[in-house]
Amino acid sequence: MTDERAPVPALAFDPDLAWGVHPQVALRDESFGALAYHYGTRRLLFLKSRPLVELVSSLDQYESATAAIVAVVPPEQRPAYRRALARLAASEVIGVR
Amino acid sequence: MSVDAPIENLPLRQRFTRGLDAPICLTWELTYACNLACVHCLSSSGRRDPLELTPAETLHVVDELADMRVFYVNIGGGEPMLRPDFFDLLSYAVDHKVGVKFSTNGTRLTAERARRLAGMDYVDVQISIDGALASTNDAVRGEGSFAAARTAMDNLAAADFGQFKISVVVTRENVTQLDQFSTIAESYGAQLRLTRLRPSGRGVDAWDALHPTADQQRMLYHWLLERPDVLTGDSFFHLSALGEPLDGLNLCGAGRLVCLIDPVGDVYACPFVIDDEFLAGSVRQEGGFARVWRQSDLFRSLREPQSAGACASCGSYDACQGGCMAAKFFTGLPLDGPDPECVFGHGEDALAARGSGPAPVAAVGHSKVDRRGVPLPVPTPVRFRTPARA
Repeated sequence: MTDERAPVPALAFDPDLAWGVHPQVALRDESFGALAYHYGTRRLLFLKSRPLVELVSSLDQYESATAAIVAVVPPEQRPAYRRALARLAASEVIGVR
Repeated sequence: MSVDAPIENLPLRQRFTRGLDAPICLTWELTYACNLACVHCLSSSGRRDPLELTPAETLHVVDELADMRVFYVNIGGGEPMLRPDFFDLLSYAVDHKVGVKFSTNGTRLTAERARRLAGMDYVDVQISIDGALASTNDAVRGEGSFAAARTAMDNLAAADFGQFKISVVVTRENVTQLDQFSTIAESYGAQLRLTRLRPSGRGVDAWDALHPTADQQRMLYHWLLERPDVLTGDSFFHLSALGEPLDGLNLCGAGRLVCLIDPVGDVYACPFVIDDEFLAGSVRQEGGFARVWRQSDLFRSLREPQSAGACASCGSYDACQGGCMAAKFFTGLPLDGPDPECVFGHGEDALAARGSGPAPVAAVGHSKVDRRGVPLPVPTPVRFRTPARA
Protein backbone atom coordinates (compact mmCIF):
# COMPACT_ATOMS: atom_id res chain seq x y z
CA MET A 1 0.00 0.00 0.00
CA THR A 2 1.07 3.55 -0.47
CA ASP A 3 1.26 6.19 2.22
CA GLU A 4 -2.34 7.28 1.69
CA ARG A 5 -3.18 7.24 5.38
CA ALA A 6 -0.51 9.82 6.18
CA PRO A 7 -2.09 12.79 7.92
CA VAL A 8 -3.33 15.53 5.63
CA PRO A 9 -0.79 18.34 5.82
CA ALA A 10 -2.42 21.49 7.12
CA LEU A 11 -1.16 23.57 4.24
CA ALA A 12 -2.50 27.05 4.03
CA PHE A 13 -4.46 27.57 0.84
CA ASP A 14 -2.55 30.01 -1.30
CA PRO A 15 -4.95 31.34 -3.97
CA ASP A 16 -2.10 32.81 -5.95
CA LEU A 17 -0.75 29.38 -6.83
CA ALA A 18 -1.99 27.24 -9.72
CA TRP A 19 -4.44 24.58 -8.51
CA GLY A 20 -6.28 21.66 -10.01
CA VAL A 21 -8.28 18.60 -9.05
CA HIS A 22 -5.97 16.27 -7.13
CA PRO A 23 -4.80 13.44 -9.41
CA GLN A 24 -6.17 10.81 -7.00
CA VAL A 25 -9.62 12.42 -6.85
CA ALA A 26 -12.62 11.43 -8.95
CA LEU A 27 -15.60 13.72 -9.34
CA ARG A 28 -19.06 12.42 -10.16
CA ASP A 29 -21.78 14.84 -11.16
CA GLU A 30 -25.01 14.71 -9.20
CA SER A 31 -28.13 16.89 -9.25
CA PHE A 32 -26.96 18.89 -6.23
CA GLY A 33 -23.38 19.34 -7.44
CA ALA A 34 -20.90 16.49 -7.33
CA LEU A 35 -19.46 13.75 -5.22
CA ALA A 36 -15.71 13.77 -4.81
CA TYR A 37 -13.85 10.65 -3.79
CA HIS A 38 -10.17 10.62 -2.91
CA TYR A 39 -8.71 7.21 -3.70
CA GLY A 40 -5.71 7.88 -1.48
CA THR A 41 -7.31 9.12 1.72
CA ARG A 42 -10.57 7.20 1.01
CA ARG A 43 -12.48 10.35 1.85
CA LEU A 44 -15.83 11.14 0.30
CA LEU A 45 -16.89 14.76 0.03
CA PHE A 46 -19.76 16.65 -1.49
CA LEU A 47 -19.48 19.70 -3.68
CA LYS A 48 -22.74 21.32 -2.78
CA SER A 49 -23.49 23.43 -5.83
CA ARG A 50 -23.07 23.31 -9.57
CA PRO A 51 -21.09 26.60 -9.65
CA LEU A 52 -18.59 25.16 -7.17
CA VAL A 53 -18.19 22.08 -9.38
CA GLU A 54 -17.60 24.31 -12.39
CA LEU A 55 -15.04 26.37 -10.50
CA VAL A 56 -13.17 23.29 -9.28
CA SER A 57 -13.24 21.68 -12.73
CA SER A 58 -11.91 24.83 -14.40
CA LEU A 59 -9.05 25.49 -11.96
CA ASP A 60 -6.50 23.84 -14.21
CA GLN A 61 -7.23 26.33 -16.97
CA TYR A 62 -6.03 29.31 -14.96
CA GLU A 63 -2.64 30.41 -13.72
CA SER A 64 -3.97 30.79 -10.18
CA ALA A 65 -7.01 30.01 -8.09
CA THR A 66 -7.63 33.73 -7.81
CA ALA A 67 -7.73 34.05 -11.59
CA ALA A 68 -10.22 31.18 -11.79
CA ILE A 69 -12.43 32.74 -9.12
CA VAL A 70 -12.38 36.12 -10.85
CA ALA A 71 -13.29 34.51 -14.15
CA VAL A 72 -16.07 32.26 -12.87
CA VAL A 73 -17.60 33.75 -9.71
CA PRO A 74 -19.58 37.00 -9.29
CA PRO A 75 -17.71 39.53 -7.07
CA GLU A 76 -20.02 39.38 -4.04
CA GLN A 77 -19.67 35.57 -3.83
CA ARG A 78 -15.89 35.38 -4.20
CA PRO A 79 -14.99 35.22 -0.47
CA ALA A 80 -17.34 32.27 0.02
CA TYR A 81 -15.87 30.40 -2.92
CA ARG A 82 -12.34 31.16 -1.75
CA ARG A 83 -13.23 29.58 1.61
CA ALA A 84 -14.76 26.60 -0.15
CA LEU A 85 -11.57 26.07 -2.14
CA ALA A 86 -9.51 26.34 1.05
CA ARG A 87 -11.59 23.55 2.59
CA LEU A 88 -11.19 21.43 -0.52
CA ALA A 89 -7.44 22.04 -0.44
CA ALA A 90 -7.29 20.92 3.19
CA SER A 91 -9.09 17.70 2.20
CA GLU A 92 -6.78 17.29 -0.80
CA VAL A 93 -9.66 17.35 -3.28
CA ILE A 94 -7.64 20.02 -5.05
CA GLY A 95 -3.88 20.31 -5.06
CA VAL A 96 -1.17 22.62 -6.31
CA ARG A 97 -0.31 21.76 -9.92
CA MET B 1 -26.23 1.82 5.16
CA SER B 2 -22.58 1.31 4.82
CA VAL B 3 -20.64 4.36 3.88
CA ASP B 4 -17.39 4.29 5.75
CA ALA B 5 -15.71 7.14 4.01
CA PRO B 6 -15.79 10.12 6.36
CA ILE B 7 -18.51 12.41 5.13
CA GLU B 8 -18.42 16.15 5.23
CA ASN B 9 -20.91 18.89 4.42
CA LEU B 10 -23.94 17.31 6.01
CA PRO B 11 -27.08 19.30 5.20
CA LEU B 12 -27.62 17.48 1.92
CA ARG B 13 -29.51 14.76 3.68
CA GLN B 14 -32.85 15.54 2.15
CA ARG B 15 -31.48 15.39 -1.36
CA PHE B 16 -29.89 12.06 -0.65
CA THR B 17 -33.16 10.52 0.44
CA ARG B 18 -34.33 11.04 -3.15
CA GLY B 19 -31.51 8.90 -4.45
CA LEU B 20 -28.42 9.45 -6.55
CA ASP B 21 -27.64 8.64 -10.18
CA ALA B 22 -25.46 5.79 -8.95
CA PRO B 23 -24.80 4.37 -5.51
CA ILE B 24 -22.07 6.04 -3.45
CA CYS B 25 -20.88 2.53 -2.76
CA LEU B 26 -22.51 -0.83 -2.70
CA THR B 27 -22.12 -4.17 -1.03
CA TRP B 28 -21.39 -7.15 -3.20
CA GLU B 29 -21.60 -10.57 -1.62
CA LEU B 30 -19.43 -12.63 -3.95
CA THR B 31 -20.39 -16.07 -2.70
CA TYR B 32 -22.70 -17.78 -0.25
CA ALA B 33 -19.96 -20.32 0.38
CA CYS B 34 -18.44 -20.03 3.84
CA ASN B 35 -16.20 -22.17 5.96
CA LEU B 36 -17.65 -20.63 9.14
CA ALA B 37 -21.26 -20.58 10.29
CA CYS B 38 -21.61 -17.46 12.41
CA VAL B 39 -24.84 -17.43 14.39
CA HIS B 40 -25.72 -13.90 13.22
CA CYS B 41 -24.80 -14.24 9.51
CA LEU B 42 -26.76 -11.59 7.60
CA SER B 43 -26.81 -13.66 4.43
CA SER B 44 -27.41 -17.11 5.99
CA SER B 45 -24.26 -18.24 4.22
CA GLY B 46 -22.71 -21.68 4.09
CA ARG B 47 -23.32 -23.43 0.78
CA ARG B 48 -22.11 -22.09 -2.54
CA ASP B 49 -25.06 -21.35 -4.83
CA PRO B 50 -24.68 -23.27 -8.10
CA LEU B 51 -26.05 -20.24 -9.94
CA GLU B 52 -23.35 -17.92 -8.56
CA LEU B 53 -22.18 -15.29 -11.05
CA THR B 54 -19.44 -16.67 -13.29
CA PRO B 55 -16.04 -14.99 -13.40
CA ALA B 56 -16.97 -13.37 -16.71
CA GLU B 57 -20.24 -12.07 -15.27
CA THR B 58 -18.48 -10.55 -12.27
CA LEU B 59 -16.09 -8.67 -14.56
CA HIS B 60 -19.06 -7.36 -16.50
CA VAL B 61 -20.57 -6.06 -13.28
CA VAL B 62 -17.30 -4.23 -12.56
CA ASP B 63 -17.48 -2.67 -16.04
CA GLU B 64 -20.94 -1.38 -15.22
CA LEU B 65 -19.87 0.00 -11.85
CA ALA B 66 -16.91 1.73 -13.50
CA ASP B 67 -19.22 3.27 -16.13
CA MET B 68 -21.50 4.53 -13.37
CA ARG B 69 -18.48 5.89 -11.50
CA VAL B 70 -19.17 3.91 -8.36
CA PHE B 71 -16.05 4.77 -6.39
CA TYR B 72 -15.76 1.57 -4.40
CA VAL B 73 -17.49 -1.68 -3.53
CA ASN B 74 -17.71 -3.46 -0.20
CA ILE B 75 -17.08 -7.08 -1.03
CA GLY B 76 -18.28 -9.77 1.33
CA GLY B 77 -20.03 -13.10 1.34
CA GLY B 78 -20.00 -15.79 2.56
CA GLU B 79 -16.25 -15.84 2.60
CA PRO B 80 -15.16 -14.01 -0.56
CA MET B 81 -11.61 -15.37 -0.46
CA LEU B 82 -13.05 -18.84 -1.13
CA ARG B 83 -13.79 -17.82 -4.71
CA PRO B 84 -10.99 -19.12 -6.95
CA ASP B 85 -11.18 -15.95 -9.06
CA PHE B 86 -11.04 -13.63 -6.06
CA PHE B 87 -7.73 -11.98 -6.89
CA ASP B 88 -8.57 -11.71 -10.59
CA LEU B 89 -11.69 -9.77 -9.69
CA LEU B 90 -9.78 -7.56 -7.25
CA SER B 91 -7.17 -6.64 -9.85
CA TYR B 92 -9.78 -6.01 -12.50
CA ALA B 93 -11.78 -3.74 -10.20
CA VAL B 94 -8.90 -1.58 -9.03
CA ASP B 95 -7.55 -1.37 -12.60
CA HIS B 96 -10.93 0.12 -13.51
CA LYS B 97 -10.85 2.61 -10.64
CA VAL B 98 -13.44 0.73 -8.63
CA GLY B 99 -11.85 0.57 -5.18
CA VAL B 100 -12.43 -2.55 -3.11
CA LYS B 101 -13.03 -2.97 0.59
CA PHE B 102 -13.49 -6.59 1.39
CA SER B 103 -14.54 -8.35 4.56
CA THR B 104 -13.03 -11.68 5.43
CA ASN B 105 -12.95 -14.07 8.33
CA GLY B 106 -9.21 -14.30 7.70
CA THR B 107 -9.03 -18.08 7.45
CA ARG B 108 -7.67 -17.91 3.90
CA LEU B 109 -5.50 -14.85 4.37
CA THR B 110 -2.14 -16.58 4.24
CA ALA B 111 1.22 -14.83 4.47
CA GLU B 112 1.61 -15.12 0.71
CA ARG B 113 -1.82 -13.64 0.04
CA ALA B 114 -1.15 -10.85 2.54
CA ARG B 115 1.95 -9.89 0.56
CA ARG B 116 -0.07 -9.94 -2.63
CA LEU B 117 -2.68 -7.62 -1.09
CA ALA B 118 0.04 -5.30 0.19
CA GLY B 119 1.10 -4.77 -3.40
CA MET B 120 -2.32 -3.55 -4.52
CA ASP B 121 -3.58 0.01 -4.39
CA TYR B 122 -7.20 0.84 -3.58
CA VAL B 123 -7.78 -2.35 -1.64
CA ASP B 124 -8.93 -2.20 1.97
CA VAL B 125 -9.18 -5.31 4.10
CA GLN B 126 -11.59 -5.79 6.99
CA ILE B 127 -11.08 -8.75 9.24
CA SER B 128 -14.09 -9.74 11.29
CA ILE B 129 -13.97 -10.64 14.95
CA ASP B 130 -16.93 -10.53 17.31
CA GLY B 131 -15.09 -10.75 20.59
CA ALA B 132 -11.86 -9.30 21.95
CA LEU B 133 -11.30 -12.69 23.58
CA ALA B 134 -11.35 -16.04 21.83
CA SER B 135 -14.11 -17.28 24.11
CA THR B 136 -16.47 -14.39 23.28
CA ASN B 137 -15.65 -14.49 19.60
CA ASP B 138 -15.77 -18.24 19.08
CA ALA B 139 -19.18 -18.51 20.76
CA VAL B 140 -20.57 -16.54 17.82
CA ARG B 141 -18.20 -17.34 14.96
CA GLY B 142 -17.10 -20.89 15.75
CA GLU B 143 -14.23 -22.70 17.41
CA GLY B 144 -10.81 -21.51 16.30
CA SER B 145 -12.11 -18.50 14.37
CA PHE B 146 -10.49 -15.97 16.71
CA ALA B 147 -7.06 -17.54 16.35
CA ALA B 148 -7.49 -17.66 12.57
CA ALA B 149 -8.43 -13.98 12.43
CA ARG B 150 -5.45 -13.00 14.58
CA THR B 151 -3.14 -15.00 12.33
CA ALA B 152 -4.53 -13.11 9.32
CA MET B 153 -3.89 -9.80 11.11
CA ASP B 154 -0.35 -10.93 11.90
CA ASN B 155 0.14 -11.82 8.24
CA LEU B 156 -1.03 -8.40 7.07
CA ALA B 157 1.22 -6.68 9.59
CA ALA B 158 4.20 -8.82 8.57
CA ALA B 159 3.53 -8.02 4.90
CA ASP B 160 3.53 -4.30 5.76
CA PHE B 161 0.04 -3.98 4.30
CA GLY B 162 -0.60 -0.72 6.10
CA GLN B 163 -3.75 0.19 7.94
CA PHE B 164 -6.29 -2.60 7.70
CA LYS B 165 -9.61 -2.61 9.52
CA ILE B 166 -10.93 -4.80 12.28
CA SER B 167 -14.67 -5.20 11.95
CA VAL B 168 -16.87 -6.00 14.93
CA VAL B 169 -20.61 -6.55 15.17
CA VAL B 170 -21.56 -5.10 18.54
CA THR B 171 -23.40 -7.60 20.73
CA ARG B 172 -24.61 -7.84 24.29
CA GLU B 173 -21.60 -10.03 24.99
CA ASN B 174 -18.82 -7.96 23.43
CA VAL B 175 -20.06 -4.43 24.12
CA THR B 176 -18.15 -4.56 27.38
CA GLN B 177 -14.92 -5.13 25.41
CA LEU B 178 -14.90 -1.97 23.30
CA ASP B 179 -11.70 -0.67 24.86
CA GLN B 180 -10.06 -4.05 24.35
CA PHE B 181 -11.01 -3.98 20.67
CA SER B 182 -9.37 -0.56 20.46
CA THR B 183 -6.25 -1.96 22.08
CA ILE B 184 -6.08 -4.81 19.57
CA ALA B 185 -6.54 -2.38 16.68
CA GLU B 186 -3.86 -0.04 18.04
CA SER B 187 -1.43 -2.91 18.43
CA TYR B 188 -1.59 -3.41 14.66
CA GLY B 189 -1.96 0.24 13.70
CA ALA B 190 -5.35 -0.89 12.40
CA GLN B 191 -8.63 0.96 12.32
CA LEU B 192 -11.57 -0.27 14.38
CA ARG B 193 -14.95 -0.59 12.70
CA LEU B 194 -18.10 -1.29 14.70
CA THR B 195 -21.41 -2.22 13.14
CA ARG B 196 -24.85 -2.92 14.38
CA LEU B 197 -26.23 -6.41 14.95
CA ARG B 198 -29.18 -6.82 12.58
CA PRO B 199 -31.89 -9.45 12.94
CA SER B 200 -31.21 -10.46 9.32
CA GLY B 201 -30.41 -13.88 7.89
CA ARG B 202 -29.56 -16.25 10.73
CA GLY B 203 -29.47 -13.12 12.90
CA VAL B 204 -33.24 -13.47 13.22
CA ASP B 205 -32.63 -16.30 15.66
CA ALA B 206 -29.66 -14.73 17.42
CA TRP B 207 -30.96 -11.20 17.77
CA ASP B 208 -33.16 -11.57 20.88
CA ALA B 209 -30.30 -12.97 22.92
CA LEU B 210 -27.46 -10.95 21.41
CA HIS B 211 -28.64 -7.41 20.70
CA PRO B 212 -27.31 -4.85 23.19
CA THR B 213 -29.57 -3.79 26.05
CA ALA B 214 -30.87 -0.22 26.27
CA ASP B 215 -28.21 0.65 28.87
CA GLN B 216 -25.51 -0.83 26.69
CA GLN B 217 -26.71 1.18 23.71
CA ARG B 218 -26.45 4.43 25.68
CA MET B 219 -22.95 3.49 26.73
CA LEU B 220 -22.06 2.65 23.13
CA TYR B 221 -23.41 6.01 21.93
CA HIS B 222 -21.21 7.95 24.34
CA TRP B 223 -18.23 5.74 23.59
CA LEU B 224 -18.64 6.42 19.85
CA LEU B 225 -19.16 10.17 20.34
CA GLU B 226 -15.76 10.35 22.01
CA ARG B 227 -14.11 8.35 19.23
CA PRO B 228 -14.93 9.83 15.83
CA ASP B 229 -12.01 7.87 14.39
CA VAL B 230 -13.87 4.59 14.94
CA LEU B 231 -15.67 3.66 11.72
CA THR B 232 -19.31 2.63 11.90
CA GLY B 233 -20.54 2.56 8.30
CA ASP B 234 -23.27 4.92 9.56
CA SER B 235 -24.57 1.84 11.33
CA PHE B 236 -25.84 3.35 14.55
CA PHE B 237 -27.85 6.32 13.39
CA HIS B 238 -30.79 5.17 15.51
CA LEU B 239 -28.65 6.21 18.50
CA SER B 240 -28.46 9.79 17.29
CA ALA B 241 -31.88 10.33 18.89
CA LEU B 242 -29.97 10.41 22.20
CA GLY B 243 -28.64 13.89 21.44
CA GLU B 244 -25.70 15.07 19.43
CA PRO B 245 -25.73 13.16 16.12
CA LEU B 246 -23.05 10.59 15.50
CA ASP B 247 -20.60 11.13 12.67
CA GLY B 248 -22.11 10.30 9.28
CA LEU B 249 -25.18 11.00 7.20
CA ASN B 250 -27.55 9.55 9.77
CA LEU B 251 -30.07 8.23 7.33
CA CYS B 252 -31.12 4.94 5.81
CA GLY B 253 -29.41 4.74 2.43
CA ALA B 254 -31.22 1.61 1.24
CA GLY B 255 -31.95 1.93 -2.48
CA ARG B 256 -31.01 5.62 -2.28
CA LEU B 257 -27.25 5.66 -1.67
CA VAL B 258 -26.41 1.99 -1.32
CA CYS B 259 -27.67 -1.44 -2.27
CA LEU B 260 -26.61 -5.06 -2.32
CA ILE B 261 -25.69 -7.39 -5.16
CA ASP B 262 -25.89 -10.99 -3.97
CA PRO B 263 -23.83 -13.91 -5.29
CA VAL B 264 -26.37 -14.84 -7.97
CA GLY B 265 -26.65 -11.24 -9.15
CA ASP B 266 -29.88 -10.33 -7.40
CA VAL B 267 -30.04 -6.70 -6.31
CA TYR B 268 -31.52 -5.89 -2.90
CA ALA B 269 -32.09 -2.53 -1.26
CA CYS B 270 -29.36 -3.02 1.32
CA PRO B 271 -27.09 -5.74 2.73
CA PHE B 272 -29.48 -6.40 5.58
CA VAL B 273 -32.63 -7.22 3.63
CA ILE B 274 -32.00 -10.35 1.58
CA ASP B 275 -35.72 -11.05 1.24
CA ASP B 276 -38.12 -11.07 -1.72
CA GLU B 277 -39.83 -8.01 -0.26
CA PHE B 278 -36.69 -5.94 -0.98
CA LEU B 279 -35.56 -7.57 -4.22
CA ALA B 280 -35.25 -4.91 -6.92
CA GLY B 281 -34.06 -7.03 -9.84
CA SER B 282 -31.00 -8.81 -11.17
CA VAL B 283 -27.79 -7.73 -12.84
CA ARG B 284 -28.50 -10.56 -15.29
CA GLN B 285 -31.61 -8.80 -16.62
CA GLU B 286 -31.49 -6.68 -19.76
CA GLY B 287 -30.07 -3.29 -18.86
CA GLY B 288 -28.01 -4.84 -16.09
CA PHE B 289 -27.32 -3.21 -12.78
CA ALA B 290 -27.72 0.35 -14.03
CA ARG B 291 -31.30 -0.28 -15.06
CA VAL B 292 -32.16 -1.88 -11.73
CA TRP B 293 -30.63 1.02 -9.83
CA ARG B 294 -32.31 3.69 -11.90
CA GLN B 295 -35.66 2.16 -12.79
CA SER B 296 -36.74 -0.58 -10.43
CA ASP B 297 -40.14 0.03 -8.85
CA LEU B 298 -38.78 -0.82 -5.43
CA PHE B 299 -35.94 1.70 -5.51
CA ARG B 300 -38.19 4.36 -6.96
CA SER B 301 -40.65 3.87 -4.14
CA LEU B 302 -37.87 4.05 -1.54
CA ARG B 303 -36.89 7.43 -2.98
CA GLU B 304 -40.35 8.83 -2.40
CA PRO B 305 -40.93 10.76 0.83
CA GLN B 306 -41.42 8.17 3.57
CA SER B 307 -44.14 8.35 6.20
CA ALA B 308 -42.97 8.83 9.78
CA GLY B 309 -46.03 6.84 10.87
CA ALA B 310 -46.11 6.17 14.58
CA CYS B 311 -42.90 8.22 14.98
CA ALA B 312 -44.41 11.43 13.56
CA SER B 313 -45.11 12.93 16.97
CA CYS B 314 -41.63 12.15 18.34
CA GLY B 315 -39.32 15.14 18.65
CA SER B 316 -36.33 13.02 17.69
CA TYR B 317 -37.62 11.74 14.36
CA ASP B 318 -35.33 14.15 12.50
CA ALA B 319 -32.35 12.67 14.30
CA CYS B 320 -33.04 8.96 13.82
CA GLN B 321 -35.50 8.90 10.87
CA GLY B 322 -37.27 5.97 12.50
CA GLY B 323 -34.13 3.84 12.43
CA CYS B 324 -33.30 0.78 10.37
CA MET B 325 -35.78 -0.63 7.88
CA ALA B 326 -34.22 -4.09 8.05
CA ALA B 327 -34.33 -4.23 11.84
CA LYS B 328 -38.03 -3.39 11.75
CA PHE B 329 -38.87 -5.79 8.96
CA PHE B 330 -37.18 -8.82 10.49
CA THR B 331 -38.60 -8.22 13.94
CA GLY B 332 -42.10 -7.99 12.45
CA LEU B 333 -42.56 -4.28 13.14
CA PRO B 334 -44.23 -1.86 10.71
CA LEU B 335 -41.72 0.01 8.56
CA ASP B 336 -43.30 3.36 9.40
CA GLY B 337 -42.83 3.00 13.13
CA PRO B 338 -40.04 2.86 15.69
CA ASP B 339 -36.87 0.84 15.34
CA PRO B 340 -36.91 -2.22 17.65
CA GLU B 341 -33.97 -0.62 19.45
CA CYS B 342 -35.52 2.86 19.64
CA VAL B 343 -33.60 4.65 22.40
CA PHE B 344 -36.85 5.82 23.99
CA GLY B 345 -38.16 2.28 24.34
CA HIS B 346 -40.92 2.69 21.75
CA GLY B 347 -39.52 -0.29 19.89
CA GLU B 348 -39.79 -2.54 22.92
CA ASP B 349 -43.38 -1.43 23.35
CA ALA B 350 -44.06 -2.18 19.70
CA LEU B 351 -42.42 -5.60 20.00
CA ALA B 352 -44.62 -6.35 23.02
CA ALA B 353 -47.72 -5.11 21.19
CA ARG B 354 -46.83 -7.27 18.19
CA GLY B 355 -48.29 -9.97 20.40
CA SER B 356 -48.99 -13.40 19.12
CA GLY B 357 -48.45 -12.78 15.43
CA PRO B 358 -46.11 -15.15 13.64
CA ALA B 359 -42.62 -14.77 15.04
CA PRO B 360 -40.00 -13.98 12.41
CA VAL B 361 -38.28 -17.13 11.25
CA ALA B 362 -34.73 -17.32 10.02
CA ALA B 363 -34.66 -18.15 6.35
CA VAL B 364 -32.61 -21.30 5.74
CA GLY B 365 -31.04 -19.38 2.90
CA HIS B 366 -27.67 -20.91 2.11
CA SER B 367 -27.03 -22.30 5.57
CA LYS B 368 -25.51 -25.74 5.46
CA VAL B 369 -28.19 -28.42 5.70
CA ASP B 370 -28.38 -32.15 6.24
CA ARG B 371 -29.68 -34.58 3.60
CA ARG B 372 -33.28 -33.80 4.53
CA GLY B 373 -32.75 -30.07 4.11
CA VAL B 374 -32.71 -29.33 7.83
CA PRO B 375 -30.16 -26.64 8.76
CA LEU B 376 -27.14 -28.00 10.59
CA PRO B 377 -26.55 -26.54 14.04
CA VAL B 378 -23.90 -23.83 14.31
CA PRO B 379 -20.61 -25.53 15.10
CA THR B 380 -20.19 -24.20 18.61
CA PRO B 381 -22.97 -24.34 21.17
CA VAL B 382 -23.72 -20.75 22.07
CA ARG B 383 -24.28 -19.98 25.72
CA PHE B 384 -25.34 -16.54 26.79
CA ARG B 385 -24.54 -15.28 30.24
CA THR B 386 -26.75 -12.23 30.37
CA PRO B 387 -30.51 -12.42 30.75
CA ALA B 388 -32.58 -11.35 27.76
CA ARG B 389 -33.87 -8.25 29.52
CA ALA B 390 -31.29 -6.49 31.67
